[in-house]
Amino acid sequence: MNLVFQFSDLHSFLWMNGHGPYVWGCYAMTFLGLAFLALEPRLQRKRFIRQQKALAQRKPAARGER
Amino acid sequence: MAWQWFHRLGSPKWFYEKTEKWLPWLGLIALLLLVTGSIWGLGFGPSEAKQGNSARIIYIHVPAAILSMAGYYVMAIAGAIGLIWRMKLSFMVMKAAAPIGAILTFLALFTGAVWGKPTWGAWWVWDGRITSMVVLFLLYLGIVALQEAYQNQDTADKISSVLALVGMVNIPIIYKSVDWWYTLHQPATLKLTQKSSIDPSMAYPLIMMILAFYLFYAWVLLRRTRMEILRREQRTSWVQDLVARG
Repeated sequence: MNLVFQFSDLHSFLWMNGHGPYVWGCYAMTFLGLAFLALEPRLQRKRFIRQQKALAQRKPAARGER
Repeated sequence: MAWQWFHRLGSPKWFYEKTEKWLPWLGLIALLLLVTGSIWGLGFGPSEAKQGNSARIIYIHVPAAILSMAGYYVMAIAGAIGLIWRMKLSFMVMKAAAPIGAILTFLALFTGAVWGKPTWGAWWVWDGRITSMVVLFLLYLGIVALQEAYQNQDTADKISSVLALVGMVNIPIIYKSVDWWYTLHQPATLKLTQKSSIDPSMAYPLIMMILAFYLFYAWVLLRRTRMEILRREQRTSWVQDLVARG
C-alpha cells in the first residue's frame, strides 16, 4: 500500500468536492463529544475534592473513621 | 484461591488503586490512534467510487456505532453482575457507562444523518437501523434519568440494571436490522469470519479508529468509575486521606 495525500492543495482538502462541510462537520462534532468525555471526569474530580475539603473544614470534629 | 481475584475486583479501593497506573497509557495510546487514524482517513484514505469524499465519515461513524453497542453490553452485563452477586463496584461501572453510551450513540446518529444528506439525499429516514439506534439512545437516557431519579442509590442501581437488561434485546435488533429491513443501510462490510467487502486501503484506517474508540472508551469508563467510587466511598478513611492529599 502506498500512502499518498489524496488532495492537490489545502483548498481541495477542505472543500472535498463539496463534501467538505459534511465531513468536517462530522469530525468536529465527534471530537467535541470525545473532548467532553475526556475532560468531564477531571472537572468532576476537582469539584469533588474541593467540596470534600470544604466539608472537612466546616466540621472538623465530625470527620474520622466510621 | 481461584475466587480471590473476583472478591478483590469487587473492592472499590483495590480497583481504584490498581487502575491508577494504566490510565495515562490508555489515554495516550487512544489519543495517538485517534489522531493517526483521523489523518489517515481524512487525507490519505481513498475517496469512495460512488460516495466520493463523504465516505470519509465512515472512520468515525462506524467506530461510534460499534462502541455504542459494545458499551451497552458492558453496561447491561455490569448491571447483571451487580444484581446477581450484589457487587457494588459493578453497579458503579454500570452507572459510569450510561452517559458515555448516550454520547457515542448520539455521535453515531449525528454523523449518520450528516452522511445521509450527500449520499441518500436525506438527513433522516426512519429505516430499521436508525430507528433501533434511536431506541438505544433513549435506553441510555432512561438509565441516566433513573440514576438521578432515586434518592436511594441501591434502588436506583437495581431498577436501572433491570432496564439495562430488558433493553439488551435491542442490540441484536440493531445488528440484524440491515439484513431484516434492507432499505438504506448497507449490510456489514467488515467481517471477522469471511472475506471483508471493503478495500484494505479503507479497512486499515477504519480498524485503527475502531481500536482507538475501544481504548478511548475503556479510558473514560475507568475514570468515570473511579469518580463514582470516590463519591460513594467518600466517608471512608482512604477517600478522606486521598482528598486531604489533594
